[in-house]
Formats: sequence, C-alpha cells, structure tokens
Amino acid sequence: MTDLPIAAAEEAVAATATHGNRRTAPFIPLPLTAARATTLAGAVITIASTFMSWTYTTDFPGDLTVSGYPGGLQIMTLIGAILTGVVALGTFGLTGLRWLTPSRTNNGVLLLALATLGTTWYTVIDIAAKLGGLANLDPGGFVAFIGALVLFAGALALPLDRHPEEPADAEYYELGRAEGISAVVRGYAWLREARLHHSELRVPDARKLNRWLQRLVIVVVYALGLKILTFGLATDYSDIFIGYLIVLAVGVWGLSAGGLLKQFQQLTQHNKKFSSTVGVLTAIAYPFAQNNELWANLGASVLIVGTVALGLNIVVGLTGLLDLGYVAFLGVGAYTAALVSGSPFSIWSGTQFPFWAAALAGMGAACVFGVLIGAPTLRLRGDYLAIVTLGFGEIFRIIVRNLDGVSGPKVTNGPNGIAQIPDLSIFGYNLGDTHSVGSFTLGRFANYYLLMLVITIIVVLVFTRAADSRIGRSWIAIREDETAATAMGINGFRVKLVAFALGASLAGLAGTVFAHVTNSVVPDPYVFSGSVPPNSAFLLAAVVLGGMGTVSGPILGAALLYVIPQKLSFLSQYELFAFGIALILIMRFRPEGIIPNRRRQLEFHEDETPAPGNRPMGDDTVPATTAGA
Amino acid sequence: MTTTIPQQPTPADAAAGGTLLQARGVIMRFGGLTAVRNVDLTVNSGEIVGLIGPNGAGKTTFFNCLTGLYVPTEGTVSYRGTVLPPKPHLVTKAGIARTFQNIRLFANMTVLENVLVGRHTRTREGLFSAIVRGPGFHKAERASRERAMELLAFTGLADKAEHLARNLPYGEQRKLEIARALASEPGLLLLDEPTAGMNPQETRATEELVFAIRDQGIAVLVIEHDMRFIFNLCDRVAVLVQGEKLVEGTSEVVQNDERVIAAYLGEPFEGAPADEDGTPAATADDASTTSEQENDR
Ligand SMILES: Nc1ncnc2c1ncn2[C@@H]1O[C@H](COP(=O)(O)OP(=O)(O)OP(=O)(O)O)[C@@H](O)[C@H]1O
Ligand SMILES: [Mg+2]
Repeated sequence: MTDLPIAAAEEAVAATATHGNRRTAPFIPLPLTAARATTLAGAVITIASTFMSWTYTTDFPGDLTVSGYPGGLQIMTLIGAILTGVVALGTFGLTGLRWLTPSRTNNGVLLLALATLGTTWYTVIDIAAKLGGLANLDPGGFVAFIGALVLFAGALALPLDRHPEEPADAEYYELGRAEGISAVVRGYAWLREARLHHSELRVPDARKLNRWLQRLVIVVVYALGLKILTFGLATDYSDIFIGYLIVLAVGVWGLSAGGLLKQFQQLTQHNKKFSSTVGVLTAIAYPFAQNNELWANLGASVLIVGTVALGLNIVVGLTGLLDLGYVAFLGVGAYTAALVSGSPFSIWSGTQFPFWAAALAGMGAACVFGVLIGAPTLRLRGDYLAIVTLGFGEIFRIIVRNLDGVSGPKVTNGPNGIAQIPDLSIFGYNLGDTHSVGSFTLGRFANYYLLMLVITIIVVLVFTRAADSRIGRSWIAIREDETAATAMGINGFRVKLVAFALGASLAGLAGTVFAHVTNSVVPDPYVFSGSVPPNSAFLLAAVVLGGMGTVSGPILGAALLYVIPQKLSFLSQYELFAFGIALILIMRFRPEGIIPNRRRQLEFHEDETPAPGNRPMGDDTVPATTAGA
Repeated sequence: MTTTIPQQPTPADAAAGGTLLQARGVIMRFGGLTAVRNVDLTVNSGEIVGLIGPNGAGKTTFFNCLTGLYVPTEGTVSYRGTVLPPKPHLVTKAGIARTFQNIRLFANMTVLENVLVGRHTRTREGLFSAIVRGPGFHKAERASRERAMELLAFTGLADKAEHLARNLPYGEQRKLEIARALASEPGLLLLDEPTAGMNPQETRATEELVFAIRDQGIAVLVIEHDMRFIFNLCDRVAVLVQGEKLVEGTSEVVQNDERVIAAYLGEPFEGAPADEDGTPAATADDASTTSEQENDR
C-alpha cells in the first residue's frame, strides 16, 4: 500500500483510502477550503475570547473578569484552542507543524476541537448556573461560546478517516432515520470514527530520527507530563479541575488519534532502557517539583494503592482469578509491620525490626496468608472463587477487630488498632524528619514517597519479569483456557497458587510502608467497598479502569481514582455512585481499559516493520505535490 | 512442507513396535448415559491408529478419558507400561499430547507463546528464576524459543509467530494446536478431528503433516470423519458405535465390514447395544450410494 501524498489525498475526499482506512464524506457538507477556514476562524475567535472578560463578578472560581490576559478556566480554553489551531494548521499542510499529525488524518483535529468546545461550554454554562442566569455573562463569554462552536463546526466539516470495518455512514443513517433521532445518531457515528485504533494508524517511523533527537523528545515529553500533572494538582477549584480534565483527556485522545502517541510509543520501545530511566527520574523529580507536603502525601498514597493494584493485577489480569478480598493482604502486611515497629500499642512493644526485616516479615506473613486462603479455594472456578475470597476478606477484618483481649486473645488491639507507629529509619535517615537536599526540603511525606517509589519499582520489575517467563505464560494460558492449559501439562492448581501467593506478598510489602505512612493501623479500611481508598473494590476498579494485564494501567487507574475524588470535593457524598458510573462507561466504551494490553493492540493485524511505502519522519522529505492518486 | 522435525528421540523410541498406550475396559458414564462402554485399545509405537464412528459415538469422551480430563468410571489407561493418573498435566508429562475437536488455543497469546506454553512440562524455570533472571534462565528461555520456532517451521507457521492466535485462519489454528501439542515432546499424539472445516488442499497437507510426525517416531491416534483421510493414513482403525468398539482392523477390513456401514447409516445390527432410541433405518438407496462413495476413495 502506498500512502497518498497529502495534496492528492485531499482531492479524493470522499473516495477511498489513505492509510488503508476509508475517508468519509464530512458531517457538515462544506467545500474543503471553507471547512478549513471555518476551523481556523473558530480557533482564532476562541483564542481572542480568552483575553476578554467572561463575567461581571469575581464570585466565579478563578476570576474571569479580567480583560487583557486569561485566567482560571480561560486558560483551559486557550490551551485547547491553540492546540486545535496548531494541529489543524499542520494537518492542512503547513510546513513545520505537520509533525503534530503524523497520520495525516483529520480525526485528531475533530477531537481537539471537541476538547475546546467541552471546556469552553462547560465554563460558560457553569458561570450561568452558578451565578444565576445568562445575565452574568460578559460579551467575552458569548464570544467564547460562539468561537468554540464555530471551531467544532469547522472540524465537523473536515473529512475523517475511519477503519474499513466500521459500519458505513449509510448504515448509521438508516439507523438514525428509523429511530427518528438521526442527528444524534449521526453525531455519535462521527465521534466513533474519530476513534481510529492505535494499530490502524499508519505513521512515519519515528525510529528513523537521530538517536539523540529521539532521546531529547523522550525527555521533553516526560518533563511536559510532569509539568501538566503538577499544573492540574495546583488547580484551586473543582470547576477548574473539571475543565483541566476535559482538555487533558479529550486532548490526549485527539493527539493520539493524530498518531503522535503511536510515534512516542515507537520511541520508548526503541530506547527502552533510556526511557525507563527518564521515567524513574521524572518520578523522583515529583516531590522536588512541588515542595508541598500535601502533594507529597498524595503521591505516596497513590504509589501505595497503585502498587497494590499492580499486585492484584497478577491475580486478576494475568491469571484471571477474580479476588474480591485482596485488600486483606495489604492489611496483613500493615499489621505485621505495626507489630514489629516498636509501637507502644503492639504486643511486642519492645521489638523494633529494621525496615528490611519488617518488609520481609510483612511479605512473608501475607504470603503465608495467601497460601492458606488459596490452597482450599483455588480449586474452585470463576464465581465461586470470587465469593469465597470476598468472604475471606471480611473474615480478616472481623478477626482483627476481635483480637482485642476481650473477644479473643489480645494481638491487634481490636477496633482501636495499633497507633503511634514510629517513623522508619533507614541507614540512619529518619523518614519522619525534614531533610534538605540542596535548596530543596524533603518533608516526611516526600521521604515516604521516595521509599514507596523504590518499592513500586521493585514490584514493577517483579511483575514484568514474572509475566514474561514460563510461569507468567502459564498464568495467561490458565486465564485464556484452563482446560487447554492443563492439557498442555500445566498444573493449574500449583501455578494459580503461586500467582495468588506472589500477589499477596506484593500487597504485604506495600502494606509495611502503608502502616508507617499512616502512623497507625486499624481494621476499618480493609473492607470490600468503602469511600476511602484502599478497599478491594477500589483496587479492582483501578485494575479494570487502567487496563488488565498491563504494568502502567493499574498504577494510572489507581492514580485517577485516588486523585480525582480528592480534587472534586463536591463528589464526596456521591463518590461510590460516580465510581459505578465510571466503571459502567469504561465497560461499555473501552472494555480493555485506558491502557490496552499489548495483546489487544495486536488484535488487528499489524506489521511491526515499517512498510516500504512509509514516509520517513520530517516534513522536508514529504513530496507534497507528487500525484499519487 | 519440510519433513524434518527437530526432535530429540526419547530413549524408549528405540523399542519400536512396543506397546505405548493401553486402555483396558474403559467405561464412562454420565448419570444414566453410558458414553463409553468397556473399550479396549492399544497403540504401538510408530503406528497411526484411527478412531471413527458416527456423531455422538463417544470418541471425544474416550479421548478425554485417555488424557485425564475425565476420570473413567471404570477401567485403566496405561502408557509405556505404567498406569496413568487421571490428571491432565501428569498425562501430558508422561508423554501423551492432544488437540481438541473445538479448537482451544490461547486466543490472546501469540502463536509463538502458544507453542511455548506447550513446552511447560519440559522446562523447569520457576518464579524465582524468572525474577532473578540469571544466565540459566536466559539459556533455558532461548532454547525454548528455538525449539518452538523449529516446530512452527515444521508446521509451516514460522512467519506468523508474532500474530495473535485468534487472528489465524481456521486451518492454521488447527496446525498451531498440533505444534503446541508437539512442543510437549510427546510419544503419542491424540488428534481430535484435525481436518474438520478444512478444504481438500489443507486436508492433504494435514495428511502429510501426520506422516511427518509419525516419521519422527511419534505414534498418532486420530479421530476423523473424513474416511479418505483415515484410510489413507492409518495402519489400523477402530470403530466406535454407541460407546462400544465394534470393529478394529486394517483399513480394508473396516472398510468392507457390513456392520460399520450399517452403523454409519443408523441401521440396527447384530449385537448392537440394545438402545433406548429407535434410530430410523436407512433406505437401501442411501446405503448403496454411501458405499459407492467410500469405494471411490
Ligand atoms: N460431560 C458430559 N456430560 C454428559 N454427557 C456427555 C458429556 N460429554 C459427552 N456426553 C455425551 O456422550 C456422548 C458421546 O459424546 P462424544 O462427544 O464423545 O461423541 P463423539 O463421538 O466425539 O461425537 P462427534 O463425532 O460428534 O464429535 C454424547 O451423547 C454426548 O452427549
Ligand atoms: Mg467428538
């Protein structure tokens, strides 16, 4: 297959096939030049609007009354509009910006325009709703509203690429007419088309870049990622955070539809060691980028839940065993560490293990517990296993509650738990104290964040190495087809038990740090489902949301599920409700999770080696005018 | 298709002609239904044995009894003289590998990974070795991969090694099942309808493949409805009807046996297990056309 040069392809709008995909007639029938002009005009109007005042009063979060420079949510609109405009220019063929859309499809532009529209309209409607009516809008607000609409309309007038197997327009059209809601259905159909799969995108091979340039790109992207993350965390109001989320989520989706993410993935795969080193360095830089204990605490908590979710991913994602009581293993680790921490409330208040010994003890105890629970239950399949693990999870909490010296022997101090767990001290470095490194100060939570980072790295290594080995393959084989796996010589019970015990040990390891970070352990968090994070349902949701069987998926999922409710304070009462809605949406629209498994990506035929017709990267080498149609 | 299968001959192969598999008095009951009635079967090394019979005769059930997926109600299965425990993974370890009538690949694993899973019993590396990744691990992993690639080359799938199993066309999925089974270095391979759903060319290729496997010293027991395939291939054919072994012998013997033809057409025959459902008798016309077809082959 040869890629058509851009100019030629654009002439053949409604006809078939650049990139092996079908090119569709646009949603709004406009000549191509008019569509482009509309898009760009919309971007310009929207950008201009962010320099105007959107409302009269300063009551709205982020002060949108200032003319002359953007503030609060206007910044989100500005970023969205600039990004859309720039990417559109590149897609339209402006030399120097073409690299922004390596796949040469308009799908990304549509999604970016959607991101801009989403955040702008959200802001305008939020102003009207919060302050009581449209009267509170300044002309700038209306300009923004119209500008974003024009931008989106322009993007809808561009022809999209779509996967050849998606239903044709006509089918959607028929469906729409039949149901009498054709506009809505067609709109939905268009959005679906904007969603080209990763593997369907044909992009120039980024690995042809100069090696050093490749590495520079990796560094810049990671640094930018950290910057975007801290920017989001620093937003003061829920409203602004929502605008931020809209731009970020739909914007990343748009850039990925344009092929940038795929190229970046090529780069990281080509420079594996380098990019993981940069990744680790970026993670280390996090507490330095924000010298703020609150965020360091957030970071440490995210790493704890993320690590535990990754451990659960071995059991659920790789081996396919639904474990609904997994948080109990975190509890075993935490209680073990608390008992040997030297806390005055521990029955062995005199003994204080060094951290490495406490960590081993926590892992060991969780492992033993895992084998004890696994041995009788792993002979069960499917639903039975889920029910039994659910029961065992609750049993753990109830036992711990009752080992208080009244209902049972005094071990765990019952509902009061073990308090006053002293801070860890590793090689004389007391994690409870504030240390200064150069001009930075590392507070208590920053210290624990860094310790947790080490543990997360260990768990990631264990996960990836185990998954890519004889035992890991046998786990996946069991997940895929247990009968066939046993017929291939796999002792199903044994390898499932190993997965269960390994998952439990990793949770136990995280638990030992958890006990010290929170200073005390009590039985209550170790429930199946609750509104405070480490509970089994939360962990499971993190795995499913992020992507089963992947490394970064559960960590990302845990981070999102932990951070978003913290930033959206109004959710507090509806957290579980929002949680449920989010899971339903994910199951409906992206069952493979945010980060799809490599196996899912392979699902569509893919050729790893670049096809001979593929363009090398870089604009100058693209023959823009040679006819290819 | 290459006919060299890279195979380290197991010591017992030297004793060619010896008994590999011996099933004695196997009975399998599901509640009131007896799916396999007192079946005896032997497979000697170097042999290709066919197992035929009408739908629902109990062939697959018998395979499941042999491989430990079902625990036979009565009877024993022994391999190379030792009685097999009814545990699938131990049966595979002992040296019997199988394929499934309804393909059971690991759909979301790559072709290569599927074959690597087949090597499970012949490799040792555990969790600890996987995490530490010492030189031993890399060596074993490399050896496994090489062997798996050789098997893929043998079955003609080498260029699809990195594809997902689910994306293979039907015929290649069946071949992959065979490659995966071979990866466990079996002495006896059980094939359950290996050509079901294949076109004539693919069936021919499968025939070649089975011969090539036999030439490597692996005995084959094959279930198939394609009579031409069976009679071309097999040294010996056993006919199973309503759970009972009706006839056993060379292709000619079986082909010309009245009772077999009758059984395929549902005609009652002497000594048939007096059965609950009265199967309608076929007309003479049907019988003659079928036997003609079979003679054609
Ligand atoms: N697990 C089971 N429980 C109950 N009955 C079963 C079970 N497995 C098989 N049977 C029954 O046993 C009989 C034999 O089935 P089997 O699958 O062995 O036939 P087969 O000879 O392989 O047929 P085919 O040629 O169609 O594959 C059938 O009547 C079937 O319904
Ligand atoms: Mg069958």
